[in-house]
Amino acid sequence: MEENTKAADDTLDPLQEDRRFFLKQSVAFAGLSLAPANLLRSGDWDSEDIPIGNAEKVKLALTVNGVRKRISIDPRTTLLDLLREQLRLTGTKKGCDFGQCGACTVHVDGHRMLSCLSFAVMQHGKKITTIEGLSSGDQLHPLQEAFIKHDGFQCGYCTPGQLMSAVSCIREGQAGSEVEIQEYMSGNLCRCGAYPNIVNAITEVKNSGRKV
Amino acid sequence: MTDKSQSTNPEPDLSFDRVDGHVKVTGAATYSAEYPFDHLAHAVLITSTIAKGKITSIETKLAGQAPGVLAVVSHLNNPGIPGYGIAKQPAERAPMGTAFRIFYDGLIYFDGQPVAMVVAETFEQAVHAASLVHIDYEVEVHQTNFEANLPKATIAPSVQKNKNSPFQDYDRGNAEAMTNADVKINATYIIPTQHHQPLEPHAIIAVWEADDRLTVYDKNQGVKSAQGNLAQIFKLPRENVKVISKFIGGAFGSGIRVWPHTIATVLAAKIVKRPVKLVLGRELMFTSVGYRPYTVQKIEIGATKEGKLSAITHEGTGQTSAYEEHLERTILATRAMYACPNVSTRYRLLNLDVNTPTWMRGPGDATGMFALESALDEVAFALQLDPLELRLRNHADSDPERNLQWSAKSLKECYEMGAQKFGWKNRSLQPRSMKLGGMLVGYGMASSLYGFHRHPSKAKAIILANGSVVVQSATMDIGPGTGTAMTRIAAKILGVQAKKIRFDLGDSSLPDAPGQNGSSTIPSVGSAVHVACESLKNKIIALAASMPDGDFSKPDPSEISIKNGVLYASSNAEKGLSYVDILKFHNLPQLEVTEESKSGPERDQFSMYSFGCHFVEVHVSPVTSEVRVKRVVTCADVGKIINYKTARSQSIGGIVGGIGMALMEASVMDHRRGRYLTRDFASYHIPVHADIPQIDVLYIDKPDVHVNPIGSKGLGEIAIVGVAAAVANAVFHATGKRVRELPITVSKLTDDEI
Repeated sequence: MEENTKAADDTLDPLQEDRRFFLKQSVAFAGLSLAPANLLRSGDWDSEDIPIGNAEKVKLALTVNGVRKRISIDPRTTLLDLLREQLRLTGTKKGCDFGQCGACTVHVDGHRMLSCLSFAVMQHGKKITTIEGLSSGDQLHPLQEAFIKHDGFQCGYCTPGQLMSAVSCIREGQAGSEVEIQEYMSGNLCRCGAYPNIVNAITEVKNSGRKV
Repeated sequence: MTDKSQSTNPEPDLSFDRVDGHVKVTGAATYSAEYPFDHLAHAVLITSTIAKGKITSIETKLAGQAPGVLAVVSHLNNPGIPGYGIAKQPAERAPMGTAFRIFYDGLIYFDGQPVAMVVAETFEQAVHAASLVHIDYEVEVHQTNFEANLPKATIAPSVQKNKNSPFQDYDRGNAEAMTNADVKINATYIIPTQHHQPLEPHAIIAVWEADDRLTVYDKNQGVKSAQGNLAQIFKLPRENVKVISKFIGGAFGSGIRVWPHTIATVLAAKIVKRPVKLVLGRELMFTSVGYRPYTVQKIEIGATKEGKLSAITHEGTGQTSAYEEHLERTILATRAMYACPNVSTRYRLLNLDVNTPTWMRGPGDATGMFALESALDEVAFALQLDPLELRLRNHADSDPERNLQWSAKSLKECYEMGAQKFGWKNRSLQPRSMKLGGMLVGYGMASSLYGFHRHPSKAKAIILANGSVVVQSATMDIGPGTGTAMTRIAAKILGVQAKKIRFDLGDSSLPDAPGQNGSSTIPSVGSAVHVACESLKNKIIALAASMPDGDFSKPDPSEISIKNGVLYASSNAEKGLSYVDILKFHNLPQLEVTEESKSGPERDQFSMYSFGCHFVEVHVSPVTSEVRVKRVVTCADVGKIINYKTARSQSIGGIVGGIGMALMEASVMDHRRGRYLTRDFASYHIPVHADIPQIDVLYIDKPDVHVNPIGSKGLGEIAIVGVAAAVANAVFHATGKRVRELPITVSKLTDDEI
C-alpha cells in the first residue's frame, strides 16, 4: 500500500515523476460522482484497491520528511489520519479534528497548515514536513532545544503543533515582539498553560538569529 | 532562560530540564492512541440524541453491511459484561462508579450517552457506518436547568447515611454573631459547568492477549486503579490485567475514573477478537469524561468595624447526574481558611438529567474559594479596608476547624513576598480610580489553600552493573513532570547524574502507587522514591564496607559522600569507589530495593494544608468592557520545591486555568434539548497565547518537616485555587462592577454602563 523512495533532490518536482499517478487520480475524482465505482477500477492497481465504504481507493504521491511516498488511500482520509494511522508518524497530534486547536499543524511546501482540515488526496505532489522531520539526525532544531530549556510544555501533546507553528511564526516574520508572537501563535492551544514559556523560547531563538 | 528576578529558588539554574523533553519535542512520545498493532480495528461511538427516555429500536442492518464493518455493539447484542451482574440499572442514586452501565439496557440518562459502537477496519469506515445506524427513542421530560430545579436539591444520600461525612451540616460558635456584626455582606456566586478539555482527547486501545488476559493502553490518571476496576468489571484476576499509560496529554481530573467508553472498547475488542482503538471526538469530550459541576453558593459574612470576621455562613449546591453522586469540597475551605469563631456551612446536591461530573483541577476548592475570596473582597470594600490587610487581620494561626496546629504555614510570608513583587502598595482603595493609557486598571488578590494528601506508595530503586540507576513506580505523569521530579530526588541521594537515571511509570505492573490526583504524587511517590533510594544507598555502602579497601569499613552513611556514582569517605577525599566497582567485586548484575512509604500518626497531630496567594492586574476597556489580564504574581507555600523549573510551569498552568475559569470558560446547555451548545473549542473558549501575560512565580520553598521525609506538599491543585477570585476582584477594582457569576464576559460588564 505504501512505497518509499528517498527524495534525492528536494528541488525535483514530484509532479513530474508522478504525472502518471496524477492523471489517473484526476480521472478517478472526476468520475467518482458520475460512474458506478466498479467502472472506475483500473486493472493495474494492486489488490488492496478495493472499494471501501462508498469510496474507492485512490493513489497519491507525496513527500513526507524528505521521503517520497506512493500510497493508495481511502479518499475520505485526512492528511492527519494518513500521517498517524497509515504512515505511523504519530508525532502530529489529533486534538480536535475541527481545525480549532493547532495540535495537528504540519508544514506543506514550507507553510504551516492544519492537517486535520485537509484531505490527504489534496496534498498530491506536495512536500510535507512533520515534527519527526524537523530536526536533522540527532541534532535538535533550535526551537526544540529552546522548548526544552524554557520548559515550553507540560503534557507535551500540543508541543509538535506549537513547534511547527513556532518555526513558521519566525519564518513568516511574525516574531518581532512578544505581543506579535502571542498573536501569531494563538491558533495553537495549550491546556497545560505553557504559553509564557513558549513565547520565551520563540523570542530567544528569534533574537539569536539562528536559522530556523 | 530563567529570569532570576522571577525566582525565589536559590539555585533555579540547577533545575533539571524535563527528562522526557527530548521525546516530547521530537514527536517520539507515545500517547495512548499511538501504539501500533497489526489488525487494529477502529471504533466509533454513537450517542443518544435525547436527554431522558429509552431506546425503542436500533436499526443496524445498513451499518452492518457497510464495507469494513466488524461489529455494531449495543445493549441489544451485548454478550454481557460479567462485573455488571444481572441487577437492574439503579433507579436511585448510587455511589460513584457503580451506577451507569454501558450497553446494559435501553435507558437514557443524558444527552450524549453512548448507546452503540461501530467497529470497522478503518476509522473512515467506522465513521461512515455509524452514520447509517438509526435509533428510535421514547422521549421523557428531562430536567437539566440548574436554576429552575434548585429547590429540589438535597443532602446527598451517602452523607445522610454517614454521620462523620464532612458534608454534614456544620456549625461552630454562635449563629447570633451574624446579627450583631457591624458590617454584613450577603451574596450569591455562580460558577457554570466547566470542562477539562485536555488537548489530547481520551483514547484507548484494548487488546485481549488471551481469553482471560487483557492489556489496555488508556488515557487515565491511575494505572493501578484502572487495573483494579477493569479486573472487577470483566471478572479477571487482577494480575491478568495490564494498564499502560506512559504519556498522557493532559487530564486535569478527567482521567481519574475508568469511564464507560473504556469498558465499551474492551468489550468490543472481545467481540471482534482484535485490538480495538477508540479516540473520543472533541464533541464527546463534553459528555463522556466528567466536568466541574455547575455550582451555586450563598455566602453571608459579618465583620466588626475593626475588620475582624465575626461570622460566616456558606451554602453550596452542586450539580450531579440523576444516577450517581458527586461530592466536592466546595464549602470546606471556609471552615479552615480564616480565624472566624462562628462558621456554618451547608452542602446540597441537585440531580439533573446530565452525565456525572468529576474532579477538575482544584476540585471544590477552586469553586469554593472563588466565592469566599470574592466575598472577602466585598467585606474589605464595605469596610473601606485594603483587601490584603483584611486577610492579615483574620489570619488563622492554627486550624480553627480542627483546633490543631498547622504542620507548617507561611501564608503571611506569601502575602508579603507576593505583595512586594506585585507592587500592591501602589493600589488605590477606590474602584475605577486607577487608569493607564485610557484603560481602567484593577488590582485584585486572593488567598489559596489546598489540603494535603498522601497515600501509601512503593518504589523500586536499582543500580545496574554499568553504574546507571533505574527507579520504578506505577505513578503517572499527566503533565507536571513526575519523572523529572523523581529523577531529581534519586540523583541527589544516589549521587548520579540525571542522564544516568531512568524513571519508569505509567505501567500497572510496576510497584504500587496512587493515581495522579489531589496533588498527592510528590508527597506520596516522592517519599517512596526518597526512602527507596536512601535504602539502596545504605545497601551499597554496606557492600563497600565489606570490601578490602579500608576507607569504607565503617559504614556510616553520613561520613560518605557520593559524586557521579563514586563513593568517597570523609577520611580520604582523593580515592573513591564506584558503583560499578562495588557491583563487580561482589559479582552482582544489579542491586535493588523496594520500599514503601506512608503516613504515620502525624496525620492526627497536625492540620496539613498548602497555602498561597495570587495578585492580578487587569486592564478593562471603558468602551468595550474587554478584560485583559496584564500581570500575575503568585506565591505558594507548598513545602520544599523538588524541581524549580517544572514546578514553576505547573504554577503558571494553574494560573492559566484560573484565568480561563474567570473570563471565558462555560459549558452552555440548551435546556429545550438538554444538550450542550458548546461542543468544540470555537464555542467553549479556553485561554490562548494572546490571553496570557508573563507570570511571576514565587515559592517559600521551606520543607514542611511534619508531612513526609521530603517535606513537600504537592502543587498542581493549589495553583488554580483562588485565581478566579483574584481576577474577579481585580475586575471590580477596575470597574466598580462586582461580577458574581463566572465567566466574566463582556455582556456581564455592560449590563449597565461601566
